[in-house]
Parts: sequence; structure tokens; C-alpha cells
Amino acid sequence: MRSADLIIVGAGPAGMAAAACAAGKGLSVLLLDEQPRAGGQIYRDVARAWPKRGGLLGKDYAAGLPLVQALDHPGITHITGATVWQIEDGPLVTFTVNGAAQQAQGKRLLIATGALERPMPLPGWTLPGVMTAGAGQILLKQSGMVSDRAVLVGCGPLLYLIGAQMVRAGTPPLALVETQGRGDLLAAMRHVGGALRGWRYMLKGLGMLAELRRAGVARHVAATDIEIAGANRAESVRFRAAGQQHEIGCDTVLLHHGVVPNTQAARSIDIPHEWDSRQRAFVPQRDAWGRSARADVFIAGDGAGIGGAKAAAIAGELAALAIAHDLGALAQGDRDLEARQLRWRLSAELAARPFIDRAYPPFAPALAPADKTIICRCEEVTAGDIRRYAAMGCLGPNQAKAFGRAGMGPCQGRYCGLSVTEILSAAHGQAPDRTGYYRIRPPLKPVTLAELAAMADTPDAAE
Amino acid sequence: MKHAFHRLDAPADLVRVTFRGQVVDLPAGENLAAALLAAGVTVFRNTPVSGAPRAPFCMMGACYDCLVEIDGTTRQACMLEVSEGMVIEPAHGKGADNALG
Repeated sequence: MRSADLIIVGAGPAGMAAAACAAGKGLSVLLLDEQPRAGGQIYRDVARAWPKRGGLLGKDYAAGLPLVQALDHPGITHITGATVWQIEDGPLVTFTVNGAAQQAQGKRLLIATGALERPMPLPGWTLPGVMTAGAGQILLKQSGMVSDRAVLVGCGPLLYLIGAQMVRAGTPPLALVETQGRGDLLAAMRHVGGALRGWRYMLKGLGMLAELRRAGVARHVAATDIEIAGANRAESVRFRAAGQQHEIGCDTVLLHHGVVPNTQAARSIDIPHEWDSRQRAFVPQRDAWGRSARADVFIAGDGAGIGGAKAAAIAGELAALAIAHDLGALAQGDRDLEARQLRWRLSAELAARPFIDRAYPPFAPALAPADKTIICRCEEVTAGDIRRYAAMGCLGPNQAKAFGRAGMGPCQGRYCGLSVTEILSAAHGQAPDRTGYYRIRPPLKPVTLAELAAMADTPDAAE
Repeated sequence: MKHAFHRLDAPADLVRVTFRGQVVDLPAGENLAAALLAAGVTVFRNTPVSGAPRAPFCMMGACYDCLVEIDGTTRQACMLEVSEGMVIEPAHGKGADNALG
């Protein structure tokens, strides 16, 4: 069995920054990540992609380069292609690499598993050709692939970013179908001191919108009644905007209305979560260092609440400082001194979040989808099914599993959990905290018997 | 039909794989889901519940829509890299045994 002072799950900004900081204090770090190369999703494949496509991806993407380079440290063991599927007391982490399961024992564990796209159940969203905007970005970053006939649907800065990147790549999207209303931006500016806090983001957003406008990309705002039509694949997007019905033919639809914390790992070890009404998602409870209710488990980055890549890296460093102090590698005074500047930078990074959250709220009809719309992609359970279960007395997501298998497919609720919570909460007129969320159990990802058998064969298993 | 995606750079060394029994040349080391999309594959599998067609949705290992079968094991295409001689079949659909279902 492997062992390390600190085991980190996830090599995105939080995990990478934490690894470098902890190793710098003399800790041994085991960094486990599913991808073949470090970066997470926001800096996906940055070390390979930046030299080839940096110009079109933009300078924010380059911020991932020093984080990846800093992993080259003798104190850091970075295992790529490692899928973590069980966490136990210890903390003891079980994962699969190259078809064989392994275990590692740490003194501390940092969960840095980042974000998932907020589920956006619309009619037709399961058709081939419909992807998350994040998937569109991954194809662009990692593989240098662009869709020739894409429509971007939803809201938020990421939608503008991928649109602008597509323009720079020479293949602008066919249209931008935005769901936020004009009133949302005004409300954001008025109510959260927003214009002041968010001006940097507003300027960036305006710059990207100008790029899209110059490229002649049609823009529709306050779109409603959005659906994706097609027989065996997406063929068009239909919607209403400005009092008119529209239909735009396309091959690819990229959906986005925000990202939400990926809480699977933290939930699997019963770390308490609470509903964040501004972000409209569950976040794990943790202290200002990222320490969870389990004293030896920390959570940092978007998995602890959405703050973006820069905030994630800072939160990763804060967790690493607390862990170094826990393990006797850093005096309390030094920890607090280093933390002071980090906290100042963190609050500056997070200042604009209320503005962004208010200006680009989730698309309401995707939070309360029409009865016929599939919400559990794996088991093909519709919003109407969940409402029917509620009428029969189903109070929470775990009961919904028994009623009709919602959340029991291979994705284990990652893309339906929040929808089920929202629909049941609305049906019973109760708060999401009371409705709760799926109970997440190991294995966090499907495991084959061969992977388990391979673990038994390793000499380490005898230890 | 024209392929939905195009590549910004010429693909690197191509290797031969088979998908649904057809020979396809894909770039070695490329993400398998991306490589199949670039090769014009639109449907990766049909669901076990209704037989509905599916293709990559998240590209980050979370949604399981890109499931394929390689050497008898159900895998996520978006979490694999292309290697020479891969024999790729859609993950079992409706009515068949499904390793993950």
C-alpha cells in the first residue's frame, strides 16, 4: 500500500496549488487524478494545448501553466489516470489505475474534485450532438476540435468565452440563445453593489460579446420555450424570443447555465452539506481552511462552492497551510501570516460572485422542467415521473430511487440529483435542505471484478 | 452528411482501430470520444431503457453517455486514449446484458 502525508483527489487548480504548497513545506503528497495530464477541466491539457492554441484560448487559460509546472517537485507523486472510487476512515483511499485497484493511506485527505455543469434538462437534451458548453471547451482545448454548426444555449460568462474562442478559431457559433432577462443584469448592478464589484467581469463579458457581434453571431436574449429537435441527433433548436418563434438548424448544441460543486466524494463519507440559495446548489460544510466535519478531511476549490479557478487555487493553498500546521511542518504564526495575504486575495476573487450569480441566474424552466422532459439521463426518468412519485408520497431523492430508479444509473445521480431535489422541494413546498440529496455510496464510479482481483494479486496487498 | 466537428491542426500519427466492425484510422493518443466524433461517429450507443441514441455529453467522465465496449469491458470513451488495434463496440443497449446497468 502507498502512503503519504497528504492525499489529494483532483489535479485541477485547487489540487495542484495545494500539492505544491504542501510539498514546499516538506510534506509528502500523493496527487490522484483521472485525466492523463494535470490541469483539471478549466486548465485541461494546458501544458500540451497552450503552445498550439494559446492565442485562441486566451490568457486566463495560461494561468494553469505555472500550476502544472510546480507539480515537478520531489515531494509530489502524481498518479495520472487514477479513478478514486472509495474513501474510508484513515483516510484510506482506493482507486483504479490501468485496470488494477490500489490503496493509499494518508494522514490528511484533500478533496479537490471541482465542479460539474448544472444539469439543464430541456426537451431533447439527451440527443446526440447536445453537449455541455464545458464539453465543447474540452474538445477545443484538448483536441483542437470545433463544431462547424453549433448553437450556444443558456447563460453566463462561460457561454461567451466559448463563443469568443470559436470566433478566434474561425468557426463562430451560429447563434447565442441566452436565457437571462434584461432585468437580471440591472438587478445585479443595483442590488449587490454589483457594478462596482463586477466591473472587471463586465468588461471581460462586454469584450467577448463585441467579438461575437463583430463575427456576425446572432444573439437572442430572454429566450423561453427552448427545445432541441431531431430524430436520431440534434437537428435544430427551437425557442421564443422577443415575441417570436425561432428555429435554428444545427449539428451541435452547447448547453450551460452555471456550474455546481461536484460533491460525490465528500458525500460518500457523510460530510454534512447545506443548500446555498444564491448558488442554488448544495455545498459541503467546512471552516475557513477548508476543513470538513471530519478533522482529517479538507475540501477546496469549486467542489466546496463555486468561486472559479483563481479562487480555487488560493483555497487549495489555504488548506495546504492548515494541513502542514496539523502535521507539525509549519508553526501557527507562520501559517497565519501566509494565510493573511491569501485570504485578502481570495475575498477579492470572490467579490464579483454575487454579481455574476444574480446577472446570470439558472434558466428557471430547466429547474422546473415540463412533465415530459427527461431529468435522469441514465434511467430515462422524466420530471413528470418525479412529480407523480411526490403525489404518491415520495418525500426525498432516496425514496425516488425506489419509486423509479432515478439516480441509479452509471452516473450515480451526477446529472439529475439537483433536479430531483428541486422538483420534490417544489412539489412539497419545502426547502431543499429538508428535501435533501441522494445518499452517495462507494464505489463512486463503477468498478469491475477484474480491477478488484488485480488488487488482490499485488504484493502490496499482503502488508 | 458533413462531419459535425473539424480539427484545427492536422492529426498526428494515425493508427487503425475498428468501431462497430468498421475500420477507422484515428490519431494515436487522442481522446477516444473526441477522435470518434471527429471521424464522424454521431451515435455511440443506444440506451438499455428505451434504445434511445446517445453520444458524448460531458467529455469529463461524469455522464456515462459515451459508453463503449472494449475487450468485453464497458468503458467511458472520453476517459480513454486511442491505441492501435482497439476493437470498439457500442455498450450493450436495450435487452442485452449491461455490465453497468
